[in-house]
Amino acid sequence: MPAKRIRRRRVPAALLAPALIGLAFLILPLAGLLARAPWTELPARLAEPEMLAALRLSLFTATAATVLSLLFGVPIAWLLARGEFPGRSVLRALVTVPLVLPPVVGGVALLLVFGRSGIIGAWLYERFDLTIPFSTAAVVLAMTFVSMPFLVVSVEGALRGADIRFEEAAATLGAGRWTVFTRVTLPMVAPGVLAGAVLCWARALGEFGATITFAGNFPGRTQTMPLAVYLALQSDPEAAIVLSLILLAVSVIVLASLRERWTAAP
Amino acid sequence: MRAKATLAAAALALAPLAACTGGGAEAGADGTLTVFAAASLTEAFTEIGERFEAEHEGVQVEFNFAGSSDLAAQITEGAPADVFASADESNMDKVVEAGAATDPDTFALNRLVIAVPEGNPDGVAGIADLAGLDFAACAEEVPCGAAAQSALDGTGLAPVTYEADVKSTLQKLTLGEVDAALVYRTDAIAAEDEVDAVEFPESAGAVNAYPIAALEDAPNPDLAAEFAAYTLADDAQAVLEAAGFQRS
Repeated sequence: MPAKRIRRRRVPAALLAPALIGLAFLILPLAGLLARAPWTELPARLAEPEMLAALRLSLFTATAATVLSLLFGVPIAWLLARGEFPGRSVLRALVTVPLVLPPVVGGVALLLVFGRSGIIGAWLYERFDLTIPFSTAAVVLAMTFVSMPFLVVSVEGALRGADIRFEEAAATLGAGRWTVFTRVTLPMVAPGVLAGAVLCWARALGEFGATITFAGNFPGRTQTMPLAVYLALQSDPEAAIVLSLILLAVSVIVLASLRERWTAAP
Repeated sequence: MRAKATLAAAALALAPLAACTGGGAEAGADGTLTVFAAASLTEAFTEIGERFEAEHEGVQVEFNFAGSSDLAAQITEGAPADVFASADESNMDKVVEAGAATDPDTFALNRLVIAVPEGNPDGVAGIADLAGLDFAACAEEVPCGAAAQSALDGTGLAPVTYEADVKSTLQKLTLGEVDAALVYRTDAIAAEDEVDAVEFPESAGAVNAYPIAALEDAPNPDLAAEFAAYTLADDAQAVLEAAGFQRS
Protein backbone atom coordinates (compact mmCIF):
# COMPACT_ATOMS: atom_id res chain seq x y z
CA MET A 1 0.00 0.00 0.00
CA PRO A 2 1.95 3.01 -1.20
CA ALA A 3 -0.39 5.55 0.45
CA LYS A 4 0.42 4.20 3.87
CA ARG A 5 4.12 4.35 3.21
CA ILE A 6 3.92 8.00 2.24
CA ARG A 7 2.04 8.81 5.41
CA ARG A 8 4.60 7.07 7.53
CA ARG A 9 7.39 9.07 5.91
CA ARG A 10 5.77 12.39 6.50
CA VAL A 11 7.71 14.64 8.89
CA PRO A 12 5.77 15.48 12.07
CA ALA A 13 4.35 19.01 11.95
CA ALA A 14 6.01 19.77 15.27
CA LEU A 15 9.36 19.31 13.51
CA LEU A 16 8.43 20.69 10.12
CA ALA A 17 7.27 24.14 11.27
CA PRO A 18 10.43 25.08 13.20
CA ALA A 19 12.57 23.48 10.48
CA LEU A 20 10.97 25.68 7.83
CA ILE A 21 11.29 28.81 9.96
CA GLY A 22 14.91 27.97 10.66
CA LEU A 23 15.61 27.35 6.98
CA ALA A 24 13.98 30.62 6.00
CA PHE A 25 16.11 32.41 8.57
CA LEU A 26 19.29 30.82 7.19
CA ILE A 27 18.45 31.18 3.52
CA LEU A 28 16.71 34.59 3.33
CA PRO A 29 19.88 36.66 3.92
CA LEU A 30 21.50 34.77 1.03
CA ALA A 31 18.45 35.51 -1.11
CA GLY A 32 18.85 39.17 -0.12
CA LEU A 33 22.44 39.13 -1.38
CA LEU A 34 21.38 37.46 -4.63
CA ALA A 35 18.62 40.00 -5.17
CA ARG A 36 20.99 42.95 -4.66
CA ALA A 37 23.88 41.51 -6.66
CA PRO A 38 24.84 43.56 -9.72
CA TRP A 39 25.21 40.57 -12.04
CA THR A 40 26.51 42.66 -14.92
CA GLU A 41 29.63 43.41 -12.87
CA LEU A 42 30.43 39.74 -12.40
CA PRO A 43 32.54 39.10 -15.56
CA ALA A 44 34.67 42.20 -14.94
CA ARG A 45 35.27 41.19 -11.31
CA LEU A 46 36.15 37.61 -12.26
CA ALA A 47 38.87 38.91 -14.57
CA GLU A 48 40.51 41.10 -11.91
CA PRO A 49 43.97 39.77 -11.02
CA GLU A 50 43.65 41.04 -7.43
CA MET A 51 40.39 39.15 -6.93
CA LEU A 52 41.93 35.97 -8.32
CA ALA A 53 44.97 36.40 -6.07
CA ALA A 54 42.70 36.78 -3.03
CA LEU A 55 40.66 33.73 -4.03
CA ARG A 56 43.75 31.62 -4.62
CA LEU A 57 45.23 32.71 -1.29
CA SER A 58 41.95 31.94 0.51
CA LEU A 59 41.71 28.42 -0.91
CA PHE A 60 45.37 27.68 -0.21
CA THR A 61 45.43 29.02 3.36
CA ALA A 62 42.09 27.45 4.35
CA THR A 63 43.30 24.07 3.07
CA ALA A 64 46.64 24.43 4.85
CA ALA A 65 44.82 25.35 8.07
CA THR A 66 42.60 22.27 7.71
CA VAL A 67 45.64 20.01 7.22
CA LEU A 68 47.29 21.49 10.33
CA SER A 69 44.03 21.10 12.25
CA LEU A 70 43.82 17.43 11.24
CA LEU A 71 47.45 16.79 12.22
CA PHE A 72 47.08 18.34 15.66
CA GLY A 73 43.31 18.32 16.24
CA VAL A 74 42.64 14.59 15.84
CA PRO A 75 45.23 13.72 18.51
CA ILE A 76 43.71 16.37 20.80
CA ALA A 77 40.26 14.85 20.25
CA TRP A 78 41.62 11.38 21.05
CA LEU A 79 43.23 12.72 24.23
CA LEU A 80 39.96 14.32 25.32
CA ALA A 81 37.80 11.31 24.46
CA ARG A 82 40.04 8.41 25.50
CA GLY A 83 42.68 9.86 27.75
CA GLU A 84 42.27 9.51 31.50
CA PHE A 85 43.94 12.29 33.40
CA PRO A 86 42.97 14.95 35.93
CA GLY A 87 41.77 18.27 34.56
CA ARG A 88 40.40 16.78 31.36
CA SER A 89 37.18 18.79 31.52
CA VAL A 90 39.14 21.98 32.10
CA LEU A 91 41.28 21.14 29.09
CA ARG A 92 38.16 20.49 27.01
CA ALA A 93 36.80 23.91 27.98
CA LEU A 94 40.11 25.56 27.10
CA VAL A 95 40.13 23.96 23.65
CA THR A 96 36.83 25.67 22.85
CA VAL A 97 38.10 29.11 23.93
CA PRO A 98 38.78 30.21 20.33
CA LEU A 99 35.10 29.51 19.55
CA VAL A 100 33.97 32.02 22.17
CA LEU A 101 36.78 34.57 21.86
CA PRO A 102 35.94 37.41 19.46
CA PRO A 103 38.28 36.66 16.51
CA VAL A 104 39.80 40.16 16.66
CA VAL A 105 40.86 39.46 20.24
CA GLY A 106 42.21 36.11 19.07
CA GLY A 107 44.33 38.02 16.56
CA VAL A 108 45.71 40.29 19.27
CA ALA A 109 46.43 37.22 21.44
CA LEU A 110 48.35 35.64 18.57
CA LEU A 111 50.35 38.87 18.17
CA LEU A 112 51.23 38.76 21.87
CA VAL A 113 52.72 35.28 21.37
CA PHE A 114 54.03 35.23 17.79
CA GLY A 115 54.42 38.96 17.14
CA ARG A 116 57.78 40.68 16.83
CA SER A 117 57.77 41.47 20.54
CA GLY A 118 55.69 38.42 21.53
CA ILE A 119 56.74 35.60 23.85
CA ILE A 120 57.88 33.26 21.06
CA GLY A 121 58.00 35.85 18.28
CA ALA A 122 60.67 38.01 19.96
CA TRP A 123 62.97 34.98 20.19
CA LEU A 124 62.35 34.05 16.55
CA TYR A 125 63.04 37.65 15.54
CA GLU A 126 66.30 37.97 17.45
CA ARG A 127 67.59 34.48 16.73
CA PHE A 128 66.55 33.98 13.11
CA ASP A 129 65.41 37.45 12.01
CA LEU A 130 62.03 35.86 11.39
CA THR A 131 58.78 37.82 11.63
CA ILE A 132 55.51 35.93 11.41
CA PRO A 133 52.90 38.74 11.28
CA PHE A 134 52.09 40.16 7.84
CA SER A 135 53.05 36.86 6.16
CA THR A 136 51.00 34.09 4.55
CA ALA A 137 52.10 31.82 7.40
CA ALA A 138 50.35 34.23 9.78
CA VAL A 139 47.13 33.83 7.81
CA VAL A 140 47.36 30.04 8.16
CA LEU A 141 48.09 30.32 11.90
CA ALA A 142 45.16 32.68 12.47
CA MET A 143 42.81 30.37 10.57
CA THR A 144 44.08 27.28 12.39
CA PHE A 145 43.60 28.95 15.76
CA VAL A 146 40.01 29.85 15.00
CA SER A 147 38.92 26.73 13.12
CA MET A 148 40.72 23.80 14.82
CA PRO A 149 38.22 23.68 17.73
CA PHE A 150 35.44 22.84 15.26
CA LEU A 151 37.39 19.77 14.16
CA VAL A 152 38.30 18.78 17.72
CA VAL A 153 34.70 19.02 18.97
CA SER A 154 33.37 17.07 16.01
CA VAL A 155 36.00 14.29 16.18
CA GLU A 156 35.71 14.02 19.96
CA GLY A 157 31.95 13.54 19.60
CA ALA A 158 32.53 10.79 17.04
CA LEU A 159 35.10 9.08 19.27
CA ARG A 160 32.72 9.12 22.24
CA GLY A 161 29.97 7.66 20.06
CA ALA A 162 32.21 4.89 18.70
CA ASP A 163 31.98 1.48 20.38
CA ILE A 164 35.16 1.04 22.38
CA ARG A 165 34.73 -2.78 22.36
CA PHE A 166 36.06 -2.97 18.78
CA GLU A 167 39.27 -1.35 19.95
CA GLU A 168 39.45 -3.71 22.91
CA ALA A 169 38.86 -6.72 20.66
CA ALA A 170 41.65 -5.62 18.32
CA ALA A 171 43.95 -5.15 21.30
CA THR A 172 43.21 -8.64 22.68
CA LEU A 173 43.98 -10.03 19.24
CA GLY A 174 47.46 -8.60 19.56
CA ALA A 175 47.23 -5.28 17.73
CA GLY A 176 49.49 -2.54 19.10
CA ARG A 177 48.05 0.82 20.23
CA TRP A 178 49.09 2.62 17.04
CA THR A 179 47.65 -0.18 14.88
CA VAL A 180 44.39 -0.07 16.82
CA PHE A 181 44.22 3.68 16.29
CA THR A 182 44.94 3.66 12.55
CA ARG A 183 43.15 0.42 11.59
CA VAL A 184 40.16 0.39 13.94
CA THR A 185 39.52 3.76 15.61
CA LEU A 186 40.13 6.08 12.66
CA PRO A 187 38.01 4.14 10.14
CA MET A 188 35.17 4.01 12.69
CA VAL A 189 35.17 7.78 13.24
CA ALA A 190 35.97 8.69 9.61
CA PRO A 191 32.57 10.37 9.05
CA GLY A 192 33.10 12.53 12.12
CA VAL A 193 36.62 13.45 10.97
CA LEU A 194 35.32 14.38 7.51
CA ALA A 195 32.46 16.44 8.93
CA GLY A 196 34.90 18.17 11.27
CA ALA A 197 37.33 18.85 8.43
CA VAL A 198 34.57 20.36 6.29
CA LEU A 199 33.41 22.57 9.16
CA CYS A 200 37.01 23.55 9.86
CA TRP A 201 37.69 24.40 6.20
CA ALA A 202 34.50 26.42 5.87
CA ARG A 203 35.25 28.38 9.04
CA ALA A 204 38.82 29.02 7.89
CA LEU A 205 37.60 30.20 4.49
CA GLY A 206 35.34 32.80 6.08
CA GLU A 207 37.90 33.86 8.71
CA PHE A 208 38.24 37.62 8.98
CA GLY A 209 38.89 39.14 12.42
CA ALA A 210 41.91 37.15 13.59
CA THR A 211 43.43 37.26 10.09
CA ILE A 212 43.27 41.03 9.62
CA THR A 213 44.55 41.62 13.16
CA PHE A 214 47.38 39.09 13.16
CA ALA A 215 48.37 38.93 9.48
CA GLY A 216 47.39 42.42 8.39
CA ASN A 217 46.17 43.14 4.90
CA PHE A 218 48.56 43.01 1.96
CA PRO A 219 47.30 42.06 -1.52
CA GLY A 220 48.68 38.73 -2.70
CA ARG A 221 50.32 37.92 0.62
CA THR A 222 47.71 38.16 3.38
CA GLN A 223 44.62 39.59 1.70
CA THR A 224 42.14 36.70 1.68
CA MET A 225 38.67 36.97 0.16
CA PRO A 226 36.89 38.04 3.37
CA LEU A 227 39.43 40.87 3.77
CA ALA A 228 38.96 41.91 0.14
CA VAL A 229 35.18 41.82 0.67
CA TYR A 230 35.39 43.94 3.81
CA LEU A 231 37.54 46.59 2.15
CA ALA A 232 35.36 46.63 -0.97
CA LEU A 233 32.42 47.21 1.37
CA GLN A 234 34.05 50.48 2.47
CA SER A 235 34.02 52.01 -0.99
CA ASP A 236 31.81 49.90 -3.26
CA PRO A 237 29.18 47.75 -1.48
CA GLU A 238 27.96 46.20 -4.74
CA ALA A 239 31.44 44.95 -5.55
CA ALA A 240 31.58 43.46 -2.06
CA ILE A 241 28.40 41.50 -2.75
CA VAL A 242 29.81 40.15 -6.02
CA LEU A 243 33.06 39.14 -4.30
CA SER A 244 31.26 37.34 -1.48
CA LEU A 245 29.04 35.49 -3.95
CA ILE A 246 32.15 34.33 -5.83
CA LEU A 247 33.59 33.02 -2.55
CA LEU A 248 30.29 31.30 -1.72
CA ALA A 249 30.00 29.70 -5.16
CA VAL A 250 33.58 28.40 -5.08
CA SER A 251 33.18 26.92 -1.60
CA VAL A 252 29.91 25.22 -2.53
CA ILE A 253 31.48 23.76 -5.69
CA VAL A 254 34.51 22.48 -3.75
CA LEU A 255 32.40 20.91 -0.99
CA ALA A 256 29.90 19.37 -3.42
CA SER A 257 32.60 17.82 -5.60
CA LEU A 258 34.41 16.45 -2.55
CA ARG A 259 31.22 14.90 -1.27
CA GLU A 260 30.73 13.21 -4.63
CA ARG A 261 34.20 11.76 -4.39
CA TRP A 262 33.63 10.47 -0.86
CA THR A 263 30.33 8.81 -1.65
CA ALA A 264 31.76 7.37 -4.88
CA ALA A 265 34.62 5.79 -2.94
CA PRO A 266 34.07 2.14 -2.09
CA MET B 1 -4.22 23.84 3.96
CA ARG B 2 -1.53 22.50 6.16
CA ALA B 3 1.18 24.21 4.16
CA LYS B 4 -0.68 27.50 4.47
CA ALA B 5 -1.00 27.12 8.22
CA THR B 6 2.72 26.38 8.47
CA LEU B 7 3.58 29.47 6.47
CA ALA B 8 1.36 31.61 8.65
CA ALA B 9 3.05 30.18 11.70
CA ALA B 10 6.42 31.00 10.16
CA ALA B 11 5.36 34.56 9.43
CA LEU B 12 4.07 35.01 12.97
CA ALA B 13 7.27 33.67 14.43
CA LEU B 14 9.42 35.94 12.28
CA ALA B 15 7.37 39.09 12.90
CA PRO B 16 9.01 39.97 16.24
CA LEU B 17 12.41 39.43 14.63
CA ALA B 18 11.54 41.95 11.95
CA ALA B 19 10.48 44.44 14.59
CA CYS B 20 13.89 44.53 16.17
CA THR B 21 16.05 44.99 13.08
CA GLY B 22 16.15 48.78 13.39
CA GLY B 23 19.63 48.80 14.91
CA GLY B 24 20.83 49.76 18.34
CA ALA B 25 19.86 53.41 18.31
CA GLU B 26 16.42 53.95 19.81
CA ALA B 27 15.66 57.32 18.34
CA GLY B 28 12.55 59.43 18.46
CA ALA B 29 12.25 59.82 22.20
CA ASP B 30 11.96 63.43 23.36
CA GLY B 31 15.25 65.10 23.98
CA THR B 32 17.37 62.23 22.70
CA LEU B 33 19.78 63.10 19.92
CA THR B 34 21.46 60.29 17.97
CA VAL B 35 24.78 61.29 16.40
CA PHE B 36 26.56 58.99 13.93
CA ALA B 37 30.20 60.08 14.00
CA ALA B 38 33.48 58.84 12.51
CA ALA B 39 35.60 56.71 14.84
CA SER B 40 38.39 59.30 14.82
CA LEU B 41 35.99 61.73 16.54
CA THR B 42 35.40 59.45 19.53
CA GLU B 43 37.30 61.43 22.18
CA ALA B 44 36.45 64.92 20.95
CA PHE B 45 32.75 64.29 20.28
CA THR B 46 32.21 62.52 23.59
CA GLU B 47 33.33 65.71 25.32
CA ILE B 48 31.41 67.99 22.93
CA GLY B 49 28.32 65.86 23.61
CA GLU B 50 28.71 66.37 27.34
CA ARG B 51 29.05 70.13 26.92
CA PHE B 52 26.01 70.20 24.62
CA GLU B 53 23.99 68.27 27.21
CA ALA B 54 25.09 70.68 29.92
CA GLU B 55 23.81 73.60 27.85
CA HIS B 56 20.54 71.90 26.92
CA GLU B 57 18.43 70.83 29.88
CA GLY B 58 16.89 67.36 29.44
CA VAL B 59 18.74 66.58 26.24
CA GLN B 60 20.65 63.34 25.94
CA VAL B 61 23.21 62.85 23.18
CA GLU B 62 23.84 59.28 22.07
CA PHE B 63 26.77 58.46 19.81
CA ASN B 64 27.36 55.70 17.30
CA PHE B 65 31.08 55.81 16.52
CA ALA B 66 32.24 53.68 13.57
CA GLY B 67 34.05 53.90 10.25
CA SER B 68 32.57 56.67 8.11
CA SER B 69 31.69 54.30 5.28
CA ASP B 70 29.86 51.91 7.64
CA LEU B 71 27.92 54.86 9.04
CA ALA B 72 27.09 56.18 5.56
CA ALA B 73 25.77 52.74 4.60
CA GLN B 74 23.70 52.52 7.80
CA ILE B 75 22.19 55.96 7.15
CA THR B 76 21.34 55.30 3.50
CA GLU B 77 19.75 51.99 4.58
CA GLY B 78 17.48 53.93 6.92
CA ALA B 79 19.09 53.85 10.36
CA PRO B 80 17.33 56.39 12.63
CA ALA B 81 20.03 59.03 13.13
CA ASP B 82 19.82 62.79 13.66
CA VAL B 83 23.32 63.93 12.74
CA PHE B 84 26.13 62.51 10.62
CA ALA B 85 29.76 63.58 11.08
CA SER B 86 32.06 61.99 8.50
CA ALA B 87 35.86 61.74 8.41
CA ASP B 88 35.91 62.56 4.71
CA GLU B 89 33.87 64.25 2.04
CA SER B 90 33.24 61.21 -0.15
CA ASN B 91 31.19 59.39 2.49
CA MET B 92 29.19 62.54 3.21
CA ASP B 93 28.66 62.87 -0.55
CA LYS B 94 27.16 59.36 -0.61
CA VAL B 95 24.65 60.36 2.06
CA VAL B 96 23.82 63.63 0.26
CA GLU B 97 23.41 61.82 -3.07
CA ALA B 98 21.01 59.38 -1.41
CA GLY B 99 18.92 62.38 -0.35
CA ALA B 100 19.49 61.81 3.35
CA ALA B 101 21.24 65.16 3.98
CA THR B 102 21.77 68.57 2.39
CA ASP B 103 24.43 71.28 2.71
CA PRO B 104 27.02 69.75 5.04
CA ASP B 105 29.45 72.09 6.82
CA THR B 106 33.14 71.37 7.27
CA PHE B 107 33.88 71.64 10.98
CA ALA B 108 37.43 70.29 11.26
CA LEU B 109 40.54 69.26 9.36
CA ASN B 110 42.82 66.36 10.18
CA ARG B 111 46.25 65.69 8.73
CA LEU B 112 48.49 62.67 8.69
CA VAL B 113 51.58 62.27 10.82
CA ILE B 114 54.16 59.50 11.07
CA ALA B 115 53.63 57.86 14.44
CA VAL B 116 56.77 56.26 15.86
CA PRO B 117 57.54 54.54 19.18
CA GLU B 118 58.21 56.95 22.03
CA GLY B 119 61.67 58.49 21.74
CA ASN B 120 61.73 57.88 17.97
CA PRO B 121 64.39 55.10 18.06
CA ASP B 122 64.82 55.05 14.28
CA GLY B 123 65.21 58.83 14.05
CA VAL B 124 62.37 59.32 11.58
CA ALA B 125 62.19 62.96 10.46
CA GLY B 126 60.27 62.69 7.22
CA ILE B 127 58.55 60.35 4.83
CA ALA B 128 61.84 59.38 3.10
CA ASP B 129 63.12 57.94 6.40
CA LEU B 130 60.50 55.20 6.16
CA ALA B 131 62.70 53.46 3.59
CA GLY B 132 63.97 50.23 5.13
CA LEU B 133 61.45 50.33 7.96
CA ASP B 134 58.34 48.22 8.42
CA PHE B 135 55.41 50.59 8.59
CA ALA B 136 51.63 50.33 8.57
CA ALA B 137 49.09 52.49 6.76
CA CYS B 138 45.35 52.44 6.12
CA ALA B 139 43.90 50.78 3.03
CA GLU B 140 43.06 53.13 0.19
CA GLU B 141 39.36 52.31 0.53
CA VAL B 142 39.09 54.13 3.88
CA PRO B 143 39.61 57.91 4.39
CA CYS B 144 42.97 57.73 6.21
CA GLY B 145 44.27 55.41 3.47
CA ALA B 146 43.38 57.79 0.67
CA ALA B 147 45.38 60.45 2.50
CA ALA B 148 48.29 58.05 3.12
CA GLN B 149 48.39 57.04 -0.52
CA SER B 150 48.65 60.63 -1.69
CA ALA B 151 51.52 61.16 0.76
CA LEU B 152 53.31 58.01 -0.44
CA ASP B 153 52.73 58.60 -4.14
CA GLY B 154 56.01 58.93 -5.99
CA THR B 155 58.14 57.84 -3.02
CA GLY B 156 58.22 54.18 -4.06
CA LEU B 157 57.51 53.20 -0.46
CA ALA B 158 54.86 50.65 0.52
CA PRO B 159 53.62 49.63 3.96
CA VAL B 160 53.77 46.00 5.14
CA THR B 161 50.03 46.11 5.77
CA TYR B 162 47.05 48.12 4.56
CA GLU B 163 44.81 48.25 7.63
CA ALA B 164 41.03 48.59 7.58
CA ASP B 165 40.92 51.63 9.87
CA VAL B 166 43.19 54.13 11.57
CA LYS B 167 42.86 52.66 15.07
CA SER B 168 44.10 49.23 13.98
CA THR B 169 46.91 50.90 12.02
CA LEU B 170 48.06 52.59 15.23
CA GLN B 171 47.54 49.37 17.19
CA LYS B 172 50.15 47.61 15.01
CA LEU B 173 52.64 50.21 16.21
CA THR B 174 51.68 50.14 19.89
CA LEU B 175 51.93 46.32 19.84
CA GLY B 176 55.45 46.69 18.46
CA GLU B 177 54.80 44.91 15.17
CA VAL B 178 55.88 47.82 12.98
CA ASP B 179 58.46 50.62 13.31
CA ALA B 180 56.11 53.41 12.20
CA ALA B 181 52.51 54.05 11.21
CA LEU B 182 50.82 56.68 9.06
CA VAL B 183 47.92 57.86 11.20
CA TYR B 184 45.95 61.02 11.86
CA ARG B 185 47.48 63.65 14.08
CA THR B 186 44.50 63.24 16.42
CA ASP B 187 45.09 59.50 16.87
CA ALA B 188 48.77 60.05 17.60
CA ILE B 189 47.85 62.68 20.22
CA ALA B 190 45.27 60.37 21.81
CA ALA B 191 48.04 57.77 22.23
CA GLU B 192 50.81 60.23 23.19
CA ASP B 193 51.85 58.11 26.17
CA GLU B 194 53.06 55.45 23.79
CA VAL B 195 53.92 57.13 20.51
CA ASP B 196 55.53 60.28 19.17
CA ALA B 197 54.11 62.12 16.17
CA VAL B 198 56.41 63.25 13.37
CA GLU B 199 54.90 65.92 11.14
CA PHE B 200 55.99 65.82 7.51
CA PRO B 201 55.52 68.40 4.75
CA GLU B 202 53.98 65.93 2.27
CA SER B 203 50.97 65.59 4.57
CA ALA B 204 49.90 69.14 3.71
CA GLY B 205 48.49 67.69 0.51
CA ALA B 206 46.86 64.88 2.46
CA VAL B 207 44.44 66.73 4.69
CA ASN B 208 41.01 65.30 5.40
CA ALA B 209 38.04 67.62 5.78
CA TYR B 210 35.37 66.51 8.26
CA PRO B 211 31.83 67.49 7.20
CA ILE B 212 28.78 67.41 9.46
CA ALA B 213 25.07 67.58 8.55
CA ALA B 214 21.69 67.25 10.21
CA LEU B 215 19.86 64.41 8.48
CA GLU B 216 16.66 64.82 6.47
CA ASP B 217 14.81 62.09 8.33
CA ALA B 218 16.11 63.11 11.74
CA PRO B 219 13.66 62.03 14.46
CA ASN B 220 14.65 65.24 16.27
CA PRO B 221 15.29 67.80 13.48
CA ASP B 222 15.56 71.01 15.56
CA LEU B 223 18.04 69.55 17.99
CA ALA B 224 19.96 67.99 15.08
CA ALA B 225 20.46 71.36 13.38
CA GLU B 226 21.45 72.89 16.70
CA PHE B 227 24.08 70.23 17.36
CA ALA B 228 25.56 70.54 13.86
CA ALA B 229 25.86 74.32 14.33
CA TYR B 230 27.31 73.83 17.82
CA THR B 231 30.33 71.92 16.45
CA LEU B 232 31.31 75.08 14.53
CA ALA B 233 31.08 77.32 17.60
CA ASP B 234 34.19 78.35 19.57
CA ASP B 235 33.43 76.11 22.52
CA ALA B 236 33.38 72.92 20.45
CA GLN B 237 36.23 74.08 18.22
CA ALA B 238 38.44 74.43 21.31
CA VAL B 239 37.75 70.78 22.19
CA LEU B 240 38.54 69.69 18.63
CA GLU B 241 41.79 71.69 18.60
CA ALA B 242 42.88 70.15 21.88
CA ALA B 243 42.33 66.75 20.30
CA GLY B 244 44.64 67.69 17.43
CA PHE B 245 42.20 68.79 14.75
CA GLN B 246 42.69 72.00 12.82
CA ARG B 247 40.08 74.65 12.21
CA SER B 248 38.58 74.47 8.78
